[in-house]
Amino acid sequence: MDYFLELFFSGLTRGSIYALIALGYTMVYGIIELINFAHGEIYMIGAFVGLTVAGVLTSFGFPATSIMVLASMAAIVYAAAYGYTLEKIAYRPLRSAPRLSPLISAIGMSIFLQNYVMLAQTSDFISFPSLTPEFAFLDKYSSTIGSSDFLIIVVAAVVMVLLTLFIKFTRMGKAMRATAQNRKMAMLVGVNVDQVISVTFIVGSSLAAVGGVLIASHIGQINFFIGFIAGIKAFTAAVLGGIGSVPGAMLGGLILGWTESFCTGYVSSDYEDVFAFALLVIILIFRPSGLLGKAPIQKV
Amino acid sequence: MEGLKKSLLVSLWFMFLTLPIVGVFVNTIDDVVIWRLERVLYVGICTFFLSFLWRFMISKKEAGAKRDEETGEEQISAFGKILANPSFYYPLLAGVLVFALLFPQLFSMYQVNIMISALIYVVLGLGLNIVVGLAGLLDLGYVAFYAVGAYSYALMNLYWGVNFWVALPIGALLGALCGIILGFPVLRLRGDYLAIVTLGFGEIIRLVLENWGDFTHGPSGIANIPRPDFFGLFTGLSNSIHFMYYLMIVLVIFTIFIVNRLKNSRIGRAWQALREDEIACQAMGIDKVKTKLMAFSIGATWAGLVGVVFAAKTSFINPASFTFLESAIILSIVVLGGMGSILGVILGALVLMLLPEYLRAFSEYRMLVFGATMVLVMVFRPQGLVRDVRKKIDIAAVRKALGGANE
Amino acid sequence: MSNEARKVLEVKGVCKDFGGLRALDDVDLDVREGEIVALIGPNGAGKTTFFNCITGIYTPTFGEVNIDPTGDGFKRINGIKTNYVTEMGMARTFQNIRLFPSMSVIENVMIGCHCRTKASFLGAIFRDPRTKKEEQETIIKSYELLKELGLEQFADELACNLPYGAQRRLEIARALATDPFLLLLDEPAAGMNPQETLALEGLIVSIKEKHNISVLLIEHDMKMVMSLSDRIFVLEYGREIAHGTPQEVSENPAVIKAYLGEDLDA
Ligand SMILES: Nc1ncnc2c1ncn2[C@@H]1O[C@H](COP(=O)(O)OP(=O)(O)OP(=O)(O)O)[C@@H](O)[C@H]1O
Ligand SMILES: [Mg+2]
Repeated sequence: MDYFLELFFSGLTRGSIYALIALGYTMVYGIIELINFAHGEIYMIGAFVGLTVAGVLTSFGFPATSIMVLASMAAIVYAAAYGYTLEKIAYRPLRSAPRLSPLISAIGMSIFLQNYVMLAQTSDFISFPSLTPEFAFLDKYSSTIGSSDFLIIVVAAVVMVLLTLFIKFTRMGKAMRATAQNRKMAMLVGVNVDQVISVTFIVGSSLAAVGGVLIASHIGQINFFIGFIAGIKAFTAAVLGGIGSVPGAMLGGLILGWTESFCTGYVSSDYEDVFAFALLVIILIFRPSGLLGKAPIQKV
Repeated sequence: MEGLKKSLLVSLWFMFLTLPIVGVFVNTIDDVVIWRLERVLYVGICTFFLSFLWRFMISKKEAGAKRDEETGEEQISAFGKILANPSFYYPLLAGVLVFALLFPQLFSMYQVNIMISALIYVVLGLGLNIVVGLAGLLDLGYVAFYAVGAYSYALMNLYWGVNFWVALPIGALLGALCGIILGFPVLRLRGDYLAIVTLGFGEIIRLVLENWGDFTHGPSGIANIPRPDFFGLFTGLSNSIHFMYYLMIVLVIFTIFIVNRLKNSRIGRAWQALREDEIACQAMGIDKVKTKLMAFSIGATWAGLVGVVFAAKTSFINPASFTFLESAIILSIVVLGGMGSILGVILGALVLMLLPEYLRAFSEYRMLVFGATMVLVMVFRPQGLVRDVRKKIDIAAVRKALGGANE
Repeated sequence: MSNEARKVLEVKGVCKDFGGLRALDDVDLDVREGEIVALIGPNGAGKTTFFNCITGIYTPTFGEVNIDPTGDGFKRINGIKTNYVTEMGMARTFQNIRLFPSMSVIENVMIGCHCRTKASFLGAIFRDPRTKKEEQETIIKSYELLKELGLEQFADELACNLPYGAQRRLEIARALATDPFLLLLDEPAAGMNPQETLALEGLIVSIKEKHNISVLLIEHDMKMVMSLSDRIFVLEYGREIAHGTPQEVSENPAVIKAYLGEDLDA
């Protein structure tokens, strides 16, 4: 039972991270129908910014808690800035282009950003300082859940609640939903679509940065390639849940996290990713629009 | 003045962006912070000038789009006009062919080797072009079929000593079979779902190859795969490389021939119609799944075929040659070249494959430049390098035939 | 005259629900050989939905759709995929034109011939004489259809560059290329001016005679409906409120109240 719980929580931790990244994919897809392949790189850049800022602050002798807060904030701000710039350079000029062109542009950006970070920093793994405080009340359960797992789960939950509130109740959130449903119509009723798209990228990128800093601090090392794998997994999660659907991305992330964690725990860690993708294929065959996705209305 | 201010802002913005990545390096082992602020300044200066160029290019592109809108048709470039003219076209074609045939005589073995790789990508690009360019199916796991071909030769040779010429058709068939097996359940999916499922399938194949160590030798791969022999004629390294080169030339010509015929056939028409409007297409009596499956498996056949050649060429394969990046590059060849256009795909493959090789001067910057090139080509030529033109139905001939019958 | 002719299409009790909305409610309809039947009703009555249900684009929630192309008994076709329905001989046009915009006009018609030709990909590669002959026949058949609909001068143009009325006629040509026994036209005259509409009327009659087919027509232009149709079915809010000859329908009080009132007075 203990082992089961351990796997359950490690799956939940992973799943929360996947969900955080998946949200960015799903929001962007919902609005401009683009698989933003460079999203994983934004997450990676978030982690790197967190690392350098934490390093610099440590060298200035800042106290640990303020380092955690400041490094995370910096990561979020920078990821948002990169996401915004990415959209402006690589996607905005392609709004009216053939459907596959922005996708190729996204793949190019992903390659570019990976190599940019590799050249500017290093191609080796860099160890990442643990920014998580130790929660004393978790000592009793330390075999099933660690402090950083706990932090990830709580932060992810809070962020998702905030995001849901943002989308449901703010003016911008409503504009986003309107644009996702029908961009032309939204434009006609006075929604500033360019602005909505920018905000979507900013919000999605910030979420990815939160995920990036949390997981880097949890695992303890990063390199320029982490965004790629996490990106593909998170995208899988987004599709699993039904791309375009915000609760779907959360659900998809969790399911993917648990699948991997239980497969690793009970079957074999070699085939962890195979299980993840096999699950995706099976779910899509039976539910072609994902778990919570709506089949598009085809008016003929 | 306005432009100056804009560029200044852009350069400040980029200096801000690159500050924590380029400007600082934290050595976490020794806890040293290395500042490299001068590099951030270089970034600022470069972006200052580049932003002028960027704005100039964007405004030129927009002017072009407007002009097209006004005249109602695309301006055909001088290059296109020359190509359309048969009195230039045939000599040009002959010239290219002669050059291709003389290539191994003119250049070093190193160059020939690079060219063989490039030609492999030409065939891969043309094969994927059937799936993406002609049938409009976004396949992000194309490299899986390539892996199937390569491993089928490597393994059959390892366990049963099967030779290259036998493996070639078997690899192609296995590729087709995998295409059908995968395609059947997933081709019902909508465009982007298909993309991620094929991506997943590609990863599954690679992971299985990596982890099924007893059978596939896992990540360490399979070595000593024999090069093709041709009645014992081309022995020795240099000869056999030349032979591979000519084999690839033949394969490329064969592929061009077949793709061209498919494109201008009843099937090719159905693919294009399906790409443009699925519902109308079905209402015209075209079986969506069957037609897509055909494109998918024909594309996979080519990947399987050329996979066998790849295994023979490198004589060593391991799963690392079949990552998603590979699929992404093949897809980029198709889209950069111009979807559907055979000439475009060939140019795309040559550019994308030879560019990094000749960018070796920049050594570690080459992938950076590669990524940036992909973005820039898409931004400034979203339809790709060469626009696809379909062969026209010869209406005049029909009129004449009918006119003759009436009189 | 048409009462003795056999039925080629027989629809019984078709219902279609979209979530909570019942877009079609227990609709019966039949078309006899050689007839022109019109389906009319106010906007949103469910006419297009009816077409979608009988051509397999939607599956009816309840009810039966039967066809008898050759006179040897009815086949039930609801739930069958659209392309098989077309293969069995029911071809349609679309209310919001759905051509293949960047294919040439003649190629659009050639797509219609697809299900009546056989060339496989092997044929495409080897271009054997049979394939070549088939291709040639496809081109000639398509060209003749274009001529019949007065589109031959556009044969080489891209479909998207055609004037609106010509696009509607191209849809008809494309549907005819599938060799149907029943042609389903969804508002063929929409957006046409009176002369064009008049010409279209003549065209529909001559197509019907020449190809020996039946026609089921959705149309808002009452003048056209009255002069063309042998019988009329009237839908309102998904229900069938009347059917009969043009005479009968135009005198039906329910129809006048629901729909025709303004039009007939005018
Ligand atoms: N795919 C769909 N999903 C949900 N509702 C639909 C769908 N298709 C049609 N409807 C609804 O069904 C009703 C009937 O629509 P339909 O298009 O059949 O009307 P129509 O008689 O063809 O009208 P018009 O004369 O304007 O063409 C409408 O209320 C429409 O909104
Ligand atoms: Mg309608």
